[in-house]
Amino acid sequence: MKKLAVSVALALSCSGLALAEQPKQIRIGVDATYEPFASKSADGKLVGFDIDMANALCAQMKAKCVFVEQDWKGIIPALNAKKYDAIISSMSITDERKKAVDFTDKYYHTPSRLIAKAGSVKGTPDSLNGKRIGVLKASTQEKYAQKYYAPAGAIVVPYDNTQQVYLDLNAGRLDGTVADSVEGSTGFLKKPEGKGFAFIGPVLADQTIFGYGAGIALRKGDDALRNGFNGAIKAIRANGTYKKVNDKYFNFDAYGA
Amino acid sequence: MLDFTMLIEPDNLKLYADGLLTTLKLLLVSLACGLAVSVPLAVLRVARSPLLYGPVWLYTYVIRGTPMLLQLYLIYYGLSQFAVVRDSLAWPLLSEASFCATLALAINTCAYTTEMLAGAIRATSHGEVEAAKSVGMSRATLYRRILLPSALRRSLPAYSNEVVMMLHATSLASTVTLLDITGAADRLYSTYYMPFEPFLAAALIYLLLTWGLVRVFRKLEGRYLAYLAPRSH
Repeated sequence: MKKLAVSVALALSCSGLALAEQPKQIRIGVDATYEPFASKSADGKLVGFDIDMANALCAQMKAKCVFVEQDWKGIIPALNAKKYDAIISSMSITDERKKAVDFTDKYYHTPSRLIAKAGSVKGTPDSLNGKRIGVLKASTQEKYAQKYYAPAGAIVVPYDNTQQVYLDLNAGRLDGTVADSVEGSTGFLKKPEGKGFAFIGPVLADQTIFGYGAGIALRKGDDALRNGFNGAIKAIRANGTYKKVNDKYFNFDAYGA
Repeated sequence: MLDFTMLIEPDNLKLYADGLLTTLKLLLVSLACGLAVSVPLAVLRVARSPLLYGPVWLYTYVIRGTPMLLQLYLIYYGLSQFAVVRDSLAWPLLSEASFCATLALAINTCAYTTEMLAGAIRATSHGEVEAAKSVGMSRATLYRRILLPSALRRSLPAYSNEVVMMLHATSLASTVTLLDITGAADRLYSTYYMPFEPFLAAALIYLLLTWGLVRVFRKLEGRYLAYLAPRSH
């Protein structure tokens, strides 16, 4: 009987939370293998631009972020399975993803680029014929490599996270990767493992693939939360909080044009 | 709710077909290598001298005592960390994901099969061994004519289990970039953001393969274990 009472109380409190217009706690899905946006510090804490930005947005909305870690390829299915309420994990707003989730306005926008051994390739799709290009599974970069490099004869190899890509680049199993320019620089090129590698060619441009910058993904129809985040993004852009977080990581404005 | 239409798109069908081929290749090559090596190892395993059975015991103990996923990670990601390995003659092989996966699978099935065969050799009835000795068979002849053929036959039911387990273990290859059946399903999952349909399809393929393997072993058992069946008339 006691058990029943407890579970009834639990059920009531849960439904109470769901009914509240703006939840006190917002569960945030994040893939913590994406330095400097989201990674784990030596003591296991989540750190990075996405984490600080999420905390700033939650604070603006008078709520508390609770982070839930998730592999990149499962990050949208887990959102729709209600494992968390929002994805703040450098997710590019693309038309294809919009079929599965809703997005807020962008909260930053950095371009993607090709990374390879310095001087090994020219960067044109043709120069990648027969080369092995590692990419993050289900990323915009994978889409780009499949669309432009695979038809030119490159072998596109998908990985579960960017760390595995960088391991295999370093080991020589891969000839190159397509990565976000900021993440590729901090997560690989500036580290000892990235020695001898460099950005090749210009910034990659294809808006149908790379979309409109990184946004916060929400379940379809979760308009209350979407409006809340959109308002918060505007507010922290205006009140200087965004700049404070931005300047901790970058010497340029990551918000983009 | 469920939407299986993506599964019948030609590109995706091909993904599964290629995945099936990769899975079968991994399974057959690793089983063949594992079985071939396990026969001499099983003979060593039942030897009397610790110098002979000791190393084999250690090998099967370590491999059977650790998860295969871990072994695969050690071979694929671990070894590549060392420059010595990357500069060695083995690197052209070790840099291949398919080789690493086959190696991990073969090392595994070999360990289990060795113990299985060793057990069967030990369980051979003393009468048969004594009869062989009484007609003057040497130790080698005894193994070749009596112990091994009998042990291999009696291991069949247990080995069919091992083969089915290995089929399922091949799915681990998808963790090192290989597009086997699981890898194909994984690809569709991340493309369409739908987990249920692609994985269900993959499960069905594994189920069909298992069914086929079990049938093959039934046939083999019927043929090679007939002498152990109860008399029907």
